[in-house]
Amino acid sequence: MEGKVLHISTSPHLVKGTSTVDIMRNVVYALLPVAAYAIFAFGINALLVLTAAVASCVITEHVLCKWSGKETTISDWSAVITGLLFGLTLPPSFPLWMVVLGGMVSIALGKFVFGGLGYNVFNPALVGRAFLQAAFPVAITTWTEPFAISRFSTVGSSLMALPFMEPVFDAMSGATPLSAWKFDKVAVETQDLALGLVSGSTGETSAIVILLAGLYLIGRKMMNWRIPVAILATVFTLSFVLNFLNPESYPTPLFMLFSGGLMLGAVFMATDMVGSPITSLGVVIYGTVIGLLVVVIRIWGGLPEGVMYAILIGNAIAPQIDRVIQHRVYGTKKIAS
Amino acid sequence: MKRTWKNGSQEARSLTESNLRRPMGLISFSKRTFKHGVHPPENKQGTAGSAIRQFAFAPEIILPVVQHLGAPSEIVVREKQEVVRGQLLAKASGYVSVPLHSPVSGVVHKIGNVPILSGKMVPGLHIRPFPASGQEAIEGEPIDVESATAEEILQGIQDAGIVGLGGAAFPTHVKLKVPDGKECKTLMLNGIECEPFLTTDHRVMLEQESDIMLGIRYLMKATGAPKAIIGIEANKKDAAIHLSKHIPKDLPVTIQVVPVKYPQGSEKMLITSVLGIEVPSGGLPIDVGVVVINIATAAEIGRLLPYGRGIQERVITITGPGVIDKGNYLMPVGTPLRFALEKVGIKGSIREVYMGGPMMGMAVSNLDISITKGTSGVVVFTEKDVKQNQKIFPCINCGACVDACPIFLNPSKLGILAKAEAYDEMEAQHHLMDCFECGSCSYVCPSNIPLVQQFRLSKGIVRKRKASQKVA
Repeated sequence: MEGKVLHISTSPHLVKGTSTVDIMRNVVYALLPVAAYAIFAFGINALLVLTAAVASCVITEHVLCKWSGKETTISDWSAVITGLLFGLTLPPSFPLWMVVLGGMVSIALGKFVFGGLGYNVFNPALVGRAFLQAAFPVAITTWTEPFAISRFSTVGSSLMALPFMEPVFDAMSGATPLSAWKFDKVAVETQDLALGLVSGSTGETSAIVILLAGLYLIGRKMMNWRIPVAILATVFTLSFVLNFLNPESYPTPLFMLFSGGLMLGAVFMATDMVGSPITSLGVVIYGTVIGLLVVVIRIWGGLPEGVMYAILIGNAIAPQIDRVIQHRVYGTKKIAS
Repeated sequence: MKRTWKNGSQEARSLTESNLRRPMGLISFSKRTFKHGVHPPENKQGTAGSAIRQFAFAPEIILPVVQHLGAPSEIVVREKQEVVRGQLLAKASGYVSVPLHSPVSGVVHKIGNVPILSGKMVPGLHIRPFPASGQEAIEGEPIDVESATAEEILQGIQDAGIVGLGGAAFPTHVKLKVPDGKECKTLMLNGIECEPFLTTDHRVMLEQESDIMLGIRYLMKATGAPKAIIGIEANKKDAAIHLSKHIPKDLPVTIQVVPVKYPQGSEKMLITSVLGIEVPSGGLPIDVGVVVINIATAAEIGRLLPYGRGIQERVITITGPGVIDKGNYLMPVGTPLRFALEKVGIKGSIREVYMGGPMMGMAVSNLDISITKGTSGVVVFTEKDVKQNQKIFPCINCGACVDACPIFLNPSKLGILAKAEAYDEMEAQHHLMDCFECGSCSYVCPSNIPLVQQFRLSKGIVRKRKASQKVA
């Protein structure tokens, strides 16, 4: 009857069973259709960019863990998420050596210097993207048209550019809907935006695929639905008011919702648990601030797209939100500070 | 004067059955519950339907004098002395202490140190029952519910050795004593039993309704409460309906069925669920005019006080994937755990045993301990049911613990502070001492961070620091 050893631990002796690895793995599952659609739309180029991004993130994490004498943490899937998200923010014709460099920066400066998973202040993928934006402003704003006929047969010449050489972009480059609107006041049909029939980063084209992937994670209770809802509702409301006041100079709310990286950012990047506040009220404030910043940067800023900076600023203020917004402890009257 | 055990309940039953009131209006199904909390798998189906069965007497009964919170009882018998069932073995050694009665007729074989659940050795008695004895129980001074004063009832409850049977084993007469200047407006009977696996209270409510009603009468008189509410979780509707049919006409008792959620059985959560009010931080239920008593404790009072008997046995759920004959057993206090497990049968080899439920119960480190007054259940897991230790990941700030904590603490933040040994900050700024260690945070944590385990240690350290400050 009696085993060799009685196992002793303090209560609780039950655990719910959803582990951090389960959550991370499911985020990867949710990102796979988004990546698949990116490859469908942009062909081999997108496949190469995404592969290079994931590989460089995972290898960087592994090497840094070994270098610092720790057990490797690549099995927790978080580096894969960073790699996928990072790759999905890049233009499909982005030179691969830059992809690899950005992936290394994502993990090294975005995550590892803070202490690894759970300690990073900013979304690592966006740190890498921000670095590339500063280092290679031309390459990161050079886009290709989606659904090119030759997308599965030829590799863009710019991808294979040698490090530190000027990449040569193919002739079929096109403007994104946001920059077209910003600089030429040309609006694209919302329907085309939702289906991803426009040029843009590999992962920011199909809003519908991203929304469905987000619903999967929300359904599995692995994502805080309040964050995307707060961001999208703020963007919609604000642009609705602006558009109502002056339809000539401000785009429609649906255009704002479905263009650029807003869907990918709202659903997959702002929802990074590590960088977002911990209370329900906190995340609503966080989401509202991000939504506000997106509209402000897009409409009044110098850049056509502001999702990346909006989320990075949101990450920066998240700890402050947590400090101010705390639950009223049971049985106490005033809010603790 | 001697009387057999069974007769007591029968008489109490005839007392109440004549004046039954229709159940309409006595039972309400409420959607209201406390905020946050968790839903662990209930795992009650294995024993909820099985009636209470009398358990055999062990060849040797082992009774530690520490079976309650407070001062240990003082042994008043000698070695080799013959004792009768119900005889006083150890008397209360102060106000926060209770006496101990013999659960069997037999001989005191040995007095010496015996192991208890916490791992300590404490003084205790080994009693060998007479094999062919009728096991009739000795009785003391009966306490009549109509004529006794509140003080006499409280004294009677202490003399019967009654402690909270829900698990904490705090002396019931101390809990019932309403402090001067306070008033008990509501007596709350706790029939929640939110711990997974346990069905003790469930069976008691289904089978000991007249003891419960009589117990409530004593309790209302002792506290001066004008009304009583029985709180029951919705997974025990049968018990709620059964009890509602047995409320005497003249007894102002109502039943409130509340949604299933852990840790609703905690006093504070129960009060919030049933009455919609909060107990002040650092305060007791009496601060909001409520006294909470476990339903099985009430049944025990109703069974023992009319005859002046002491507590000799209690209902225990023995269950878990490792147990062959799962069930609810009426078991003599002091039955060795090893004997109990051999009787019910274990498949395979035991890996983990808890006394109490899996959420707040304690792991057993030694099968030679005994079933005590506070043991509400025994849950057994064998080798194949226990997962290997899970890897601990860093906190990913997911907020699951924040959304689980029924006290609205921030376990994530507290966990980080505990790791940094910032105990003073935990207490001063993050309400550490409000944590009642329900374990919901550790239950939900995807990173397997031992949150409540750290808080338990931290609370101990804070208490020690405070005590040493007082001395200095």
